[in-house]
Amino acid sequence: MSLTETRPAAAPPLRMRHRITRVVEAATTPLLPADYLDLFAPLRSGADLRARIVAVHPETADAATILLKPGADWAGHVPGQYVRIGIDVDGVRQWRAYSLTHGPRGDGLISITVKAVPDGVVSNHLVHHCPVGTLVHLEQAAGEFVLGAAPAKLLFVTAGSGITPVIGMLRNLFPVTDEGVLLRSTYDITVVHVAPSKPDSIFIDHLEQLDAAGAIHLIDRYDDVHGVLDVEELPALVPDLAERTTYACGPGGLLDALAAHHEAHGLTLFTEQFRPSFVSVGEGGTVLFSDSDVTVEADGATPLLEAGEAAGVLMPSGCRMGVCFGCVVPLREGAVRDLRSGDITTAIAGETGDEGVPIQTCISAAAGPCRIDL
Amino acid sequence: MTVMSKRADNPTTHLTPEDIEQLGVELDAIRASVIESRGASDAAYIRKVVDVQRKLELASRAVLLASIFPPAWFVGTAGLSVAKILENMEIGHNVMHGQWDWMRDPKIHSTTWEWDNASTAEGWKHSHNELHHTYTNIIGKDNDLGYGIMRVDEDQRWHPMYLAQPLWNFINACFFEYGIAAYDLELGKNLRIPKEKRSEKFKANTKKTIAKIRRQATKDYVVHPLLALPTGSALPTLAANFTANLIRNVWSHSVIMCGHFPEGVETFERAAIPADETRGQWYLRQMLGSANISGSKAMHIATGNLSFQIEHHLFPDLPSNRYQEIAPQVQALFEKYDLPYVTGSLPQQVASAWHKVVRLSLPNGWVEDTNATNAPKQFSLLWKLATGGPKVRRAYDARRRQMQRREAALAA
Repeated sequence: MSLTETRPAAAPPLRMRHRITRVVEAATTPLLPADYLDLFAPLRSGADLRARIVAVHPETADAATILLKPGADWAGHVPGQYVRIGIDVDGVRQWRAYSLTHGPRGDGLISITVKAVPDGVVSNHLVHHCPVGTLVHLEQAAGEFVLGAAPAKLLFVTAGSGITPVIGMLRNLFPVTDEGVLLRSTYDITVVHVAPSKPDSIFIDHLEQLDAAGAIHLIDRYDDVHGVLDVEELPALVPDLAERTTYACGPGGLLDALAAHHEAHGLTLFTEQFRPSFVSVGEGGTVLFSDSDVTVEADGATPLLEAGEAAGVLMPSGCRMGVCFGCVVPLREGAVRDLRSGDITTAIAGETGDEGVPIQTCISAAAGPCRIDL
Repeated sequence: MTVMSKRADNPTTHLTPEDIEQLGVELDAIRASVIESRGASDAAYIRKVVDVQRKLELASRAVLLASIFPPAWFVGTAGLSVAKILENMEIGHNVMHGQWDWMRDPKIHSTTWEWDNASTAEGWKHSHNELHHTYTNIIGKDNDLGYGIMRVDEDQRWHPMYLAQPLWNFINACFFEYGIAAYDLELGKNLRIPKEKRSEKFKANTKKTIAKIRRQATKDYVVHPLLALPTGSALPTLAANFTANLIRNVWSHSVIMCGHFPEGVETFERAAIPADETRGQWYLRQMLGSANISGSKAMHIATGNLSFQIEHHLFPDLPSNRYQEIAPQVQALFEKYDLPYVTGSLPQQVASAWHKVVRLSLPNGWVEDTNATNAPKQFSLLWKLATGGPKVRRAYDARRRQMQRREAALAA
C-alpha cells in the first residue's frame, strides 16, 4: 500500500481527535484539560511525569531506599542510570539527581537510595521526613553509565554514595532472594569500594552478601582503617587489572586520578561523577546573560537588574523594589543573594529543572558566577 | 478628601524623618518574620484552594448541564460564581503578584499564570503590580484612582460630565473584567492618539486582549451552552455563565472600591512625592492610602484577603493566607506612630465608597451645603454650574475658597 493510499484511512480519526481536543480546550481555557485531570489522575498517561512514594526502607542510620510508583509514561531504565526528581521540601520545589538502584522490576516500581548528607535539604527530607504517598515530579531516566554489551571481566571502583549506580547493576545481575543470591550471570566482577568508615558505608551488607555468594570479589577500603586510597595502589589490590574494564563512580577527585592512571597505562575506563558540580557561593561574580551573549563583573551589592542594564542587556523590569515581579528571569546556573534578606538562591546546571530557578533581578545580586537566560 | 499634603489636618506632620525610617525598619521586620516561617503549610494552603476551586468549577459546570431545571440552575450558578470569585481573587490576583513564586512550582507561578478574566495576565501585571502598587493613590500616576473616568478627589476639577459618574461606576461594576482589560491597555489615552501614531506595543497588546476576550467568551457563551444542548439547557447555561460573570464582576469591583475609595483614605499629589522616596516613606504612603474590611474568614478568602488591603499594600508579595496573622502587628504600629488604620465592615465600606462617588459627582461642597430648605436654590446653582462653562465653575470655586478663608480667620 502506498503512502497516498494510507493517508485518508488514518486521517479522519486523527482529525476527529484533534477537533475534540480543541473543543475541550475551549471549554477549560485559560487552564488546560490536563489541569483538571491532574486533580484526579496525576500518574495517568499523558500527564507530566510524576511518581508516588510507596515505601521508605532505611538502609543505615542516614540512608534509605525510596520506592516509587512512576507515572504511566515512565519509559523504563537500564541499571546504572539516574533520574531527576523534583520534590517539595518546606513548600519549595527542589530538583536532584539520584541513581536508580534496582534494575527494572516486575512490579513496575523504581527505587533510589539516598544518603542524607550534612545540610542536604533534599537528602535529609527523603531519608528522615518523607511521608509515604507523597507525589514527586520526575524526568525520564538518563545517564550513559550502563553495562550494555560489556566484556565479561569488570572492575567497579566506587567511593561513598557512588556505590548506588553500581548496586543497581549488581542487583540486576545477581538478584538477592530469600534463598540467597541467584548466580545466573557469568560476569567476573571485582568491586573496590572506598568509604570513610565501615558504618558510613551504605549497601556494605549487600556487597558482603554478594562477595560471600561468590558473585563478586569485594575489596573494601576504609579511610579510618587503611588510609585514603591512592590509585597507584590499584594494580597491587587488583592483580589482573589490565584484563578488566573499569567502571568508576564517585567524587571528581578520585575520577580524575583514575582517568590519569588508566590513560597512562592504556586501560579502558567508564566514569560517572555522581554529583556533577557544586555551586561556589561568594560575594559578587561573573554574570553571563546567555541570550544576549554579554558578560559582566557584578559586585555583591549591585542588583543584577542594574548590572545587566549597565551592560546594555534588555532587562525586563518593573517596580525595582522587589514588589511587582516584573523582572523575574530564570537563573540557569550559579548563586544569587537576595539583597533584602541575604538569602542565597542557587541553580545547578543539569540538576535544576530545564526552566531554571526564577529570580527577581531587581533585588538579587551575584553571589558567585551566574548564568541567566536573557 | 483633598490630597494629603494640602490639608490642614495632614496626619503625618507629627512624624520626623527618623520616625518614618524607623517605621520602615519595623515593617521590614514583620515582613522578614513571615518570609522566615514560610513553608509547607502555606504551600498546602494555596494547593488546597486551587484544588477546591477547580473541583467546585467542574461540579458547578456539570450541574449546569441540566440547568433547564431551576434548582440545578440556582445551584450551578451559585457554585460557578463562587469558583470564579475564588479564581480571580484568592488565586489569580495573588499568584500574579508573585506571592507563591517562592514555591518554584511552574504551575503556580506569576510568570506562567493566566486567569479567568477578560484582561490578560501580562497586561494586568503591568498596570496593577507595577503602576498601581508602586504609585498607589498618587493623583495622575495611579490610574486605579477613578480608572481615568471618574472624579475621586476634590482636587480633580469638576466638570458636568461627572454628574453621570454614579452611573458609570455601576456599569463598570457590572462589566468590570472588560473595564480592567480596557484600563490595562490604557484604551482611553491610546484611542485619543491618531491611529497611525499608536505604538506597536499598544497594537500588539490590543490583539492579545481581543484574543483573550474571544477565548473567554467562547468558553462561557458558546462551548458550555452547546455542551448543555442535549438536555435543552443551552440558554439557561448561557444565562448562568453570564450571571456568574456578573456576580464575580460586581463582587471584585466592590472589594477593590473598598481598598482605596472609602472616606479616610489619603490621596497624594505628584509634586509632594520626593524623587528619591525612601522605603519608609513608601511604606507610609501605602499605610495611609489603603483601607481594610472586617469580617469572617469566608469573607476574607472571598476577597482574596484584599480585606487586608493595608497589609497587602505594605507587602504585596507575601502569601495572602498570612495577612490576617500580621494584621494585629501592623495595627499596633499604626497606633504606635499615631496613624489612622481605616477599617470597617463590607456594607459600611461599600456605602462609604459609593457615597464618595456620588458626592464627588457634584461640585465641591454641594452635598454638604444642600438641605431641605435651600434645595431649590442649590439645584438652580447646579444647573448654572453644569451649563455655564468653565468660567462660571472657576468663579464658584474661588468664592468657596474665599468663604473658607473667612471662616478660618473668624475661628482664629
